[in-house]
Amino acid sequence: MTLPNGVERHDFDGETGLATRGEPVYGEATDGAWRRWDPDRSKLGAMLALGMETGLAGGETVLYLGAAAGTTVSHVADFAGPTYAVEFAPRPVRDLLDAADPRPTLFPLLKDAREPESYAHVVEPVDVLVQDVATRGQALVANRNAGFLRPDGRLLLSIKARSEDVTADPAAVFEDVLTTLEERYEIEASESLAPHHDDHLGVVAGPRRDGTF
Amino acid sequence: MTDGWFAGLDPDDDEAAVATIREGSADEPAEWPRLAVDAGFADDTDDYYDRLRAATTAAAEQAVQEREGADDRQLVHAVRSMADCERTANELAERVAEWGESRSADAGSGVEYARELAASEPSDPAGERVQSLAQRVVDLDEEADRLRAYIDRTAPEVAPNLAALAGPVLAARLVSLAGGLESLAKKPSGTVQVLGAEDALFAHLRGSAPSPKHGIIFTHEAVRGTHPDHRGSAARALAGKLTIAARIDHYSGDLRPDLQAELDERIEAIQSRTGGDGE
Repeated sequence: MTLPNGVERHDFDGETGLATRGEPVYGEATDGAWRRWDPDRSKLGAMLALGMETGLAGGETVLYLGAAAGTTVSHVADFAGPTYAVEFAPRPVRDLLDAADPRPTLFPLLKDAREPESYAHVVEPVDVLVQDVATRGQALVANRNAGFLRPDGRLLLSIKARSEDVTADPAAVFEDVLTTLEERYEIEASESLAPHHDDHLGVVAGPRRDGTF
Repeated sequence: MTDGWFAGLDPDDDEAAVATIREGSADEPAEWPRLAVDAGFADDTDDYYDRLRAATTAAAEQAVQEREGADDRQLVHAVRSMADCERTANELAERVAEWGESRSADAGSGVEYARELAASEPSDPAGERVQSLAQRVVDLDEEADRLRAYIDRTAPEVAPNLAALAGPVLAARLVSLAGGLESLAKKPSGTVQVLGAEDALFAHLRGSAPSPKHGIIFTHEAVRGTHPDHRGSAARALAGKLTIAARIDHYSGDLRPDLQAELDERIEAIQSRTGGDGE
């Protein structure tokens, strides 16, 4: 698998890890201009570290749902093009604003990812849709936002089993979520994010050809 | 067809840009950068992205400030005022009912009766006074409703997880009893469990009563809906989750929908303990 342009493996204290070039955001280790992208703190980082074929090449237009404090989205903005970061909770958006400060094409949006109409007047069609939201109905959120994806675009989704149902078997939850996703997407790959994140499934998908917005 | 955020905007009007970012909407996305350049809003796409960044950043800052401005002090005052309005309305309603009884055999009771009287036509000077007093009761009752609506709206902003778990009014009462969200977040779960049952707690500490099993959290369905034999367990479980919710709300502020599911699971386990003889 190939890493996107702008993401490299670097040595941090004798450990090799992913890194992007940009201003440090959350006290991560640095090697010159490169800062470590900790896969234990980022689902997308874990997908790359585990060698999932994300199709990322670097320079893409990105819509990121569930940006939280900006840990992952800051790395994305380091190697991607225009990056729209949607987060609903006000307090983490404070940190997101700090992460956006030195990044000229990271656009913070305090919006609810379940209501794409509330930011469709701002966000352009994108090459990559990244989603990491911890609410029930994660597949529905992805489906509702499918209209943002260009025909050759990709969805990079992290599903948290416990957000759907804490009591159910994660494998059953993942199956349900994937079935719902197939209404709007064609699943290309899915893989457990262990050992970086327990009970999380990483999914790579493209928009369904017969899908309509 | 829907328009982008920049439609009809003066490129130098920052305030209007922030407003449309925050309040605007569109049915579907479009090639906004190109359209903005075509419309003459921006010189080129780089210029567009600069403007977009300035507008989105300012909009996010403003929205964060507004939503955080809903502070816990205002919530505490609102929930105490609501309690005062309700209590006073009930006390005055009793007075109105007592007075009304002396004048009419079919006088009712409570705020409902005051509402009837307030709408009636007084026939003599005394009747005018009763009717006017009844109107105060109705006003107070309506003010309590408006305060409740305010709490319903602001508690989820002040303490999103706590409000989701406890309901807005109970969340506000807990914050009020603890004296603020920060001090609630710093209380041990066992204290949260008996907040509002201070009299019973001190009676217990003096050695003259059993320990209270729950305070104000008794109003929560998880406790009230549990068989009395197991209410202590339910109250302990609920207080634990509420304490965690208050801490997340104070220290981090993001939403953790897992908490509700974890609580439901725990309460279900407790309620099924009786093996059927609980209700």
